[in-house]
Amino acid sequence: MVSEISGRAVISGIGQTEFSKDSGRSTLRLATEAATAAIADAGLEPADIRGTVTFTQDENDEIALATAVGIPELGYTSRSRGGGGGSGSTIQQAAVAVASGVADHVLIYRAFNERSGRRFGQPLKGNPDPTWNPYRPYGLDTPMKVYALWAQHYLHHFGLTNEDLALYAVQAREYASTNPAASYYGKPLSFEEHQASRWIVEPVLRLYDCCQESDGGVALVVSRSDQASRYPSPVRIRAAVQGHLRGGHEMFNYYEGDLTYFPETRAVATRIWNEAGVTGTDYDVALLYDNMTPMVFLQMEGLGICGPGEARDFIASGGMRLDGATPINTNGGLIGEGYIHGMNLITEAVRQVRGTAANQVVGAETAVFCSGRSAVVLGAW
Amino acid sequence: MSAVVPPLDHLDDRYFWEGAARWELVVQRCSSCGHQRYPPAPQCPECSSSEFVDFVSSGRGTIYAWILSHHPTKKDESPRVVVMVALDEGVRVVSNLIDCDLDEVANDLAVEVCFISQEGFTLPQFRLAEAGATNERRTREYGV
Repeated sequence: MVSEISGRAVISGIGQTEFSKDSGRSTLRLATEAATAAIADAGLEPADIRGTVTFTQDENDEIALATAVGIPELGYTSRSRGGGGGSGSTIQQAAVAVASGVADHVLIYRAFNERSGRRFGQPLKGNPDPTWNPYRPYGLDTPMKVYALWAQHYLHHFGLTNEDLALYAVQAREYASTNPAASYYGKPLSFEEHQASRWIVEPVLRLYDCCQESDGGVALVVSRSDQASRYPSPVRIRAAVQGHLRGGHEMFNYYEGDLTYFPETRAVATRIWNEAGVTGTDYDVALLYDNMTPMVFLQMEGLGICGPGEARDFIASGGMRLDGATPINTNGGLIGEGYIHGMNLITEAVRQVRGTAANQVVGAETAVFCSGRSAVVLGAW
Repeated sequence: MSAVVPPLDHLDDRYFWEGAARWELVVQRCSSCGHQRYPPAPQCPECSSSEFVDFVSSGRGTIYAWILSHHPTKKDESPRVVVMVALDEGVRVVSNLIDCDLDEVANDLAVEVCFISQEGFTLPQFRLAEAGATNERRTREYGV
């Protein structure tokens, strides 16, 4: 079934703050700054916004944000599930509201002080809730450990090691080094530096396999496509999908598949095909949620950018470079640019389709953003 | 070993921790269709029956995946090996591998369950299997 989203909604504006280790500002102020920038980028006024979307763990209340931004009235608020895996869902939720006529313009936001405030990479203090009973008592207390247990089986199955994961980290940091907005602007990473960095989760993840903990805010505006001529630089939403499978969890699906692939990303790829008729080899650029290096491999293979077990060779042969088959994470990714829970990869996808990225893919018309369990395909207007 | 974070009491998985306290690794088996499920769930995803029996696993299996769990930024005096075990009965469980040097850990090694009493609860753990050793014997040896 083809959804009604495709073709009815556009991303009309994007905005962001700087990405840092210590913003010195409240998360509400970061959200307000990003939102104000996104609304201005869309050529709109705060009063045009009628809805908001964010996802789990955002500290910023919708009404507090609307008040600070100057939005007089909200008729729609929504939060999607799933930690960072829900970042792509925000576009779907906003597009659903716009396509159904509930709101003409919906503001999506994400802001936090994830380094100077509560650090996402630190262990859980206790047992958050009983769904953690099969994990937390055994010492699975950080996202990196939870994901790495799955990734270890993937690496073992395909005969890969941490040295293979380094190939991605080095390329991502190369992109970051030429992106002025990136935390690692001007700071490429060598393979040797990667291998000399300490283990975060042995034998899978070293320090430079892991995304940053960043302070910052990102916002987007999703608007009706039939008014697109009003916006300075609209980008078409060709597909916006989620895929959550039986037995899954927001960070893993340990039990149903054989752990050599990302079943939710395969589900997402099928839904993209149904909605937009595009497949893994059709993307001019891909932005893949790199909370850690192996998730890029798993999403490349899940989306069909390459075949099962082929991500390593794809990257090693230059496939994710600007002149490669599918440039990937051209802003430096969450590892190189900053970690605003995936939302800064969506804004990079918008810039690529607009033709305004720091590391621009020449002639990019079709971009995919995937956060494992949700995804968005953007197209030139 | 540093303090182990306990499970939270919950109606849907209380049977599992009660089983562990008896030195039994319990998997739900659907009374209607026989489907085995882990982690705990209130209803069978195959046939929708909410009736199940406590099936006691042999506790034998192989290492499906493993990592070393230590604190990401501080010195950690008591790192733990976290394993995903593929039980012979066909379900996977997350646990720890104990009594094993890190350089001995490898995928596909045979393991078997044992139990460690913590303050207020009992935690299923795994050790490398020894030829001929029964789950019963090793369980009793370890727990007391």
